[in-house]
Amino acid sequence: MCATEAEGIRLSKMSSCGGCAAKIGPGVLKRMLADLPRSTDPALLIGTETSDDAAVYRISDDLALIQTVDFFPPMVDDPYTFGQIAAANALSDVYAMGGVPKLAINLLCFPVNTLPLTAVRAILQGGLDKVIEAGASLCGGHSIEDKEPKYGLAVTGFAHPSKILSNAAAREGDLLLFTKPLGSGILTTAAKAELLAPADYELLIRMLTTLNAKSQQSASAFDVHACTDVTGFGLVGHAGEMAQGSGKTIELWANELPIFPAALEFARMGIVPAGAYRNREYQEQTAYISPSIPLERTDVLFDPQTSGGLLFAIAEKDAPSLLHALQEHSEWARIIGQVCARGEKDIIVK
Amino acid sequence: MKTIDACGRACPEPVLMTKRALESSPEGVTVLADNAIAAANITRFAANAGFKLSQTEQLGIYTLTLTK
Repeated sequence: MCATEAEGIRLSKMSSCGGCAAKIGPGVLKRMLADLPRSTDPALLIGTETSDDAAVYRISDDLALIQTVDFFPPMVDDPYTFGQIAAANALSDVYAMGGVPKLAINLLCFPVNTLPLTAVRAILQGGLDKVIEAGASLCGGHSIEDKEPKYGLAVTGFAHPSKILSNAAAREGDLLLFTKPLGSGILTTAAKAELLAPADYELLIRMLTTLNAKSQQSASAFDVHACTDVTGFGLVGHAGEMAQGSGKTIELWANELPIFPAALEFARMGIVPAGAYRNREYQEQTAYISPSIPLERTDVLFDPQTSGGLLFAIAEKDAPSLLHALQEHSEWARIIGQVCARGEKDIIVK
Repeated sequence: MKTIDACGRACPEPVLMTKRALESSPEGVTVLADNAIAAANITRFAANAGFKLSQTEQLGIYTLTLTK
């Protein structure tokens, strides 16, 4: 029994909305950031313009620094597992840029009077274990007293400037590969409702705590054109950022998507997180969804993902070899779509 | 018919309350919700569980009636 269970506390009930579903919706975020001035430092290779996963700063001709931060409220009850998921999610942004994480700093908010210190310690231990698994060093942190617990990391990584994978360089004809099953937002909502079967829960946690390190290592041997990780804005949102940044339209193939086995059934039951509706409302303006696709499958397209997989754009001729390399460690890797000439929409789902 | 009030509840609570109410009143229930997302999720639930649904909205309060 974990410390919080012993105290009768359910971490996931301490916030209305956990994981990446707690992200501010894309529409509101865009309005918030619209008028803020952008950096003009020429060494800043990737800033805010293309809604990329992390900032990239050129230190020298051989070295670029990658900087990112991510934190959120719990979506699971076990504090150690929550720590692992939050850390895997934060580290992922460095992998999505083609880099290797080196330094991590804790960000922690928690209610000192209601959450036992053993639980807080377990959250930090979970995060630390993922940082160690990533080969990075945890080197400090900052903590704030708050009614709702929240945890995550600021992460610094490095890469050769020529190896940086932006989300804005997909080319016409590229195929898109994706590495983890979709529907984690739906399943964490089902878990919160205590409807998820143990085997489905075990698979969910295994996927959410899996670092994107191996997928990125596999991809580094190939001429990948663009990459992003799929998190709070869902597949349509993050693929849409890739389409916009690259000046292309992205076609997604609804029947080729890797999806958690239980996710479609829970979507049919109405166990769909609010974040999926917020994403849909905003993204439907720039996406065309074929009306022949069942509603629950479209829910998965907009479902906010926590610690989601990597989305790679690669030349069609190289895609089968990359798929093979990815499938050596992830049975969920699939080819899920193609980059097309720019049309009216960012995304077309067939 | 039994009426349940799911106003002020975040998803998935309104769906769970509907599901529980139908277990004790299988002929149908009326659910009050105060946001479009809860109403949309209850609509999905009704279709999947084989209930007929009628819905009205007034001043931001959704009244959803599920019947066999």
